[in-house]
Amino acid sequence: MNISQIFTIVIGLILIAFIIWWFFGKHKEASGTSTIVNNEQTATIVVNGGYSPSTVVLKKGVPAQVNFDMRDSTACLSHVVFEQLGVNEDLTKQKITTVNIPTDKAGTYNFACGMDMFHGKVVVK
Amino acid sequence: MKLSNIKRFWISFILAIPMLIQMIAMPFHWMMPGYNWIAFITTTIIMAISAAPYWKSAWAAFKKHSANMNTLVAVGTSVAYFYSIFAMFTGREVYFESAAFVTVFVLLGDAMEEKMHDNASNALAKLMDLQAKDAEVLRDGKYVKIPLEDVQVGDLIRVKPGEKIPVDGTIMEGSSTIDESMVTGESMPVTKKAGDPVVGSTINNNGTITFKATKIGQDTMLAQIVDLVKKAQTSHAPIQKMTDKISNIFVPAVLIIAILTFIIWYAFLGATIVEAMLFAVSVIVIACPCALGLATPTALMVGTARSAKMGVLIKNGEVLEEVSDIDTVVFDKTGTITIGKPEVTDIIGDNEKVLSVAASLEESSEHPLASAIMKKATEEKIPLIKANHFEAIEGKGVKAEYNDQIAFVGSEKIASNIEIPQEISQNAEQLQRQAKIVVYVGFNNQIIGLIAIQDTPKPSSKEAITELKKRGLTTIMLTGDNEKVAQAIADEVGIDKVIAGVLPTEKAQHIKDLQNSGKKVAFVGDGINDAPALSTADVGIAMGSGTDIAIDSGGIVLVQNDLRGVVRALDISKKTFNRIKLNLFWALIYNTIGIPIAAGLFMGLGLTLSPELAGLAMAFSSVSVVGSSLLLNKTKIAGDTTQKAV
Repeated sequence: MNISQIFTIVIGLILIAFIIWWFFGKHKEASGTSTIVNNEQTATIVVNGGYSPSTVVLKKGVPAQVNFDMRDSTACLSHVVFEQLGVNEDLTKQKITTVNIPTDKAGTYNFACGMDMFHGKVVVK
Repeated sequence: MKLSNIKRFWISFILAIPMLIQMIAMPFHWMMPGYNWIAFITTTIIMAISAAPYWKSAWAAFKKHSANMNTLVAVGTSVAYFYSIFAMFTGREVYFESAAFVTVFVLLGDAMEEKMHDNASNALAKLMDLQAKDAEVLRDGKYVKIPLEDVQVGDLIRVKPGEKIPVDGTIMEGSSTIDESMVTGESMPVTKKAGDPVVGSTINNNGTITFKATKIGQDTMLAQIVDLVKKAQTSHAPIQKMTDKISNIFVPAVLIIAILTFIIWYAFLGATIVEAMLFAVSVIVIACPCALGLATPTALMVGTARSAKMGVLIKNGEVLEEVSDIDTVVFDKTGTITIGKPEVTDIIGDNEKVLSVAASLEESSEHPLASAIMKKATEEKIPLIKANHFEAIEGKGVKAEYNDQIAFVGSEKIASNIEIPQEISQNAEQLQRQAKIVVYVGFNNQIIGLIAIQDTPKPSSKEAITELKKRGLTTIMLTGDNEKVAQAIADEVGIDKVIAGVLPTEKAQHIKDLQNSGKKVAFVGDGINDAPALSTADVGIAMGSGTDIAIDSGGIVLVQNDLRGVVRALDISKKTFNRIKLNLFWALIYNTIGIPIAAGLFMGLGLTLSPELAGLAMAFSSVSVVGSSLLLNKTKIAGDTTQKAV
């Protein structure tokens, strides 16, 4: 085994260790809140390789809208699905897609991309 | 500049043509002059237009500690591309075509999948398009055409032959045959006259009718159906949980496998850096889990939309999964197996007296049997006497004071402390054997007569039960009726087993008992008192004519009040669920076989996968899963009449 082969093994193992740490390690998730104007609250989620923030907290009792700002042009994130609400919106048709969230009772609405690879949630409390 | 996937695909494809020609010409030892530069320039444009969005998305995901299929595409294409640039300037062999073709095929997969996805969700939009755009409404004594949105509850609406009925309502005047196939799936037109309900978006065939609007906008049956189907389409089947779990670890795991592939080939098996790299890139490209993610949602979408067209509304994916395990179907009798409009057939004893006592006592009752007695009394013009001190005894009957004497009407249980004359009980037995419900009428501590009431089975019930039995299901009838009556009806339609004498509140308990004995139970019912049983059963099937509360508790709703719908519901649910399983199976097999081949495990057999082929295979897998789901539109379902009509 020559030097470059040993070198490759070492680099490869370091890369693997990095992947495990980076993707499976504990990392803090950002959470966003809404802004309230005229008794209506809106929150914006940027869609780019995922949802940022992936968790949005809304206030109970104030009519709410969540805007999805589409900045990703791959098919992966083209739809957003709110299972409990029966919402399945195509985000590619317009830049910003608005989803109305019922806030009459506290609860959590999960959302995901069309293929269920990306997840996020809207918490009403 | 914003380009759609399909446009990007075409641009990239055209740019990739020189490389394609070179690839085909390679075996003939023909080398395109200046190939490296041509490949470098065209591939660079393809990367900039088509691969960059994947890189961008993958990078954004990476920063958030997540990885997705874009990560795989991005790593695969960028490794091949940047290595080739390095190779070109150091005089080594280039692999631009790998980067270019993988991008082209991934885009093709994305574009086709997008198109099919649109096709699948279009079915719903088409359903909504069925609505009429305007309505002819009576305003200030004249019929005027107004837009659909302006129609109010209570408006009188006129519909001419050939026109669509705009909203739900009740016919006030006129009669016609109406084509309701779009909501019920039944292709035969239905005759309707004054007093009958009409459903918005159905088509009036041959008569002019005037009807009063009862439900508009979001409350109409069509809007409710669309809403239900929408929810079902976005729901999750529990089987999907597995893919959810896999998707979280899948991509990083693939990256690790790719690195290992590279190390093993290069460091242990003595392959060159380039060969090892090509194996690693192939692994990354073929492993894309798209097909896995698409398997369930696309099948759900097609299956639920198809069933909605046949008048079967499936509430969610969970129901589909439950249906495939069902081995017993329990039916409520009244209104489900039978028409639910009982009629008086025989009266034993002094006709007038018996009917007078019975009708006077039942006047304010809402029991279906009571309405049969009242109908008969009205027909015979029997005068009613005001009765006092009513006492309803649940599941037994009614007691009250009639002409200052205690009178009663009800089942034999209510007459338990009175001796029943032999002649009467013989009569009763004979009537019961004819599937007639016998009501005892008593006055002044004596049985004065019997009223026999019959609720005939729907004509389609027998056929439906036969079909269910053919599928190996046990059929059970649950009823509050007397054993003999119930058995007679059961024999008529071919039901396996009868549970008779059940109080309304006991229905759910009987379902529980069956479940405890290891049965997977579907319950079919329609009334308010069926709601607990509908939710207790593994699958609750609510009949469309039923009350709102029954519809809410059911997992499947039949728009049409016909038992053949149960057969259809079970068929389509099973087919959809089987399709989901098939899709998942193929998607998984695809990856489990594809990854080892790409990693060069079968090199000894001469079986390898270049990055370009891996890209093509991956695109093909997503497309085939979506295509397989779309095939659900074509499978045969028992009693599907809409297919012929379309």
